[in-house]
Amino acid sequence: MSGASQFRGRAAIVGVADAASPTGMIDGTVRALEAAMIADALADAGLTIGDVDGVFCNNATGWAASLELAEYLGIQPRWTDSTQTGGSSFEIHVEHAAAAIALGLCDVAVSVYAATPRSDHKRGAGGWRSRQGMGVTPATEWELPYGLRMPMGAYALAASRHMATYGTTSEQLAQIAVSTREWATMNPSARLQEPITVDDVLASPVEASPLHKLDCCLVTDGAGAVVLTSADRARDLARPAAYVLGAGTCHTHAMISQMPDLCVTGGVHSGAKAFALAGLSPSDVDVAQLYDSFTITVLLALEDLGFCAKGEGGAFVADGALGPGGSLATNTSGGGLAYTHPGQFGMFLLVEAVRQLRGECGRRQVAGAEVALAHGSGGVLSALSTIVMGTEATL
Amino acid sequence: MSATEPEGAGPVAATRFEPGESVAGAPFWAATRERRLVLPWCAACEAPHWFPREFCPSCLAPDLDWREASGRGLVHAVSVMPAPANPSMAGRGPYAVGLVDLAEDVRMMSTFIGVAPDEVAVGQAVMATWEPLTDGRHLVVFEVEP
Repeated sequence: MSGASQFRGRAAIVGVADAASPTGMIDGTVRALEAAMIADALADAGLTIGDVDGVFCNNATGWAASLELAEYLGIQPRWTDSTQTGGSSFEIHVEHAAAAIALGLCDVAVSVYAATPRSDHKRGAGGWRSRQGMGVTPATEWELPYGLRMPMGAYALAASRHMATYGTTSEQLAQIAVSTREWATMNPSARLQEPITVDDVLASPVEASPLHKLDCCLVTDGAGAVVLTSADRARDLARPAAYVLGAGTCHTHAMISQMPDLCVTGGVHSGAKAFALAGLSPSDVDVAQLYDSFTITVLLALEDLGFCAKGEGGAFVADGALGPGGSLATNTSGGGLAYTHPGQFGMFLLVEAVRQLRGECGRRQVAGAEVALAHGSGGVLSALSTIVMGTEATL
Repeated sequence: MSATEPEGAGPVAATRFEPGESVAGAPFWAATRERRLVLPWCAACEAPHWFPREFCPSCLAPDLDWREASGRGLVHAVSVMPAPANPSMAGRGPYAVGLVDLAEDVRMMSTFIGVAPDEVAVGQAVMATWEPLTDGRHLVVFEVEP
């Protein structure tokens, strides 16, 4: 069998849950939120914790994320995965879970994320000093002394290079934030629901040139979970399944100074592989969830995934193509720019993609969505992972 | 290349995060005590790499030579921080951080001195110079070439 026939449509996301608030804060400890999300996602699927034999978690409180979570939950999984690539971890979790399920090595997998950075900040916890205790690493030795503001400074360098190479403008980047905010006006859970203009983005303070405050994602509390099982089992469950049609991952660096080309991410490879496995192309995508840590992240994703040619991302987004009524409905939840961004947003890309395929998105529903794409970006444009999923009609 | 402070200057106060020193980076830091910019070269590949490793990241061979670099480079990308990015930068006003492509075909992060931060532009020619650390080592920084 080919890789595609072994993988395509063999596993499905059958349960989802997320939690976020317009206040930016939600109650509960990280562990309590994780358990609540897992319970909600399992209930959504019509499964129970007793069905779970695969655990995926990137958020270590100590030294081993999936061990600590499984112990806390009181379960003994036979498939375990602590893959941590930052914001793209959850797309990778889905890729790994779908492969394990396709091979019969795992039956019901759960991936979960919860973080409360906004509440932590209000309590005076966390912050930059806590990162200094890591000893000598390449980042502390060769980057930290120069005072690049992180993470936005790293993305600002990519934006700087893209502007110099292709003539991309701050106005074009701003339009991404404007279109994303249009979607957020239709998400009652979004942190920011007021429409904005390009001028609003350009008038917001510069965080690290050329990126303005409104080019940058939020810092909020948030939590979510997804449950996967086999296509065979999915057909007997409570909700319409979102079948995993294709997946791909590529990481190119950890430090921004080591990115091989500031204008090209590993999304070139993750996207090509995901589309090849799915037997689909960018023009088949009805709704795209592209990690929007910063506006430049979306622009690079559009180019690298093939929605437009390299260097043409600015022109592609300029007329509102990503917003409601545009040619590529993108980040329909309001994204990390306006919905929620609890440190890592990849989980929420998946949850929104599934809900769009189920037709559950109310005013922001993309009519007739059959193919959805979730594209995670972790680190500093470091680790890209792409999931193409579809309704039963796409099998 | 030029020095930013007189020879034999006394102890200086820390004005930015002072990096620890890895085993792989030790020869680099030793050379900075004499304000010499050196790069690790793989004897087999005849190519330098950056950042310093214990081996060549192209062929994994452990045989490295440290060779003097020209100090010449081009600004590959630049971003201006309007305010200190972390507490160790307190007191520094707007400053530019960028990536510099050295003539030896390696890229490193650095910062730019003797120029208004907003005037640093992609493609500009720059030359390495030094900012003292408190322990006698120096941090490589760049001046815009006239």
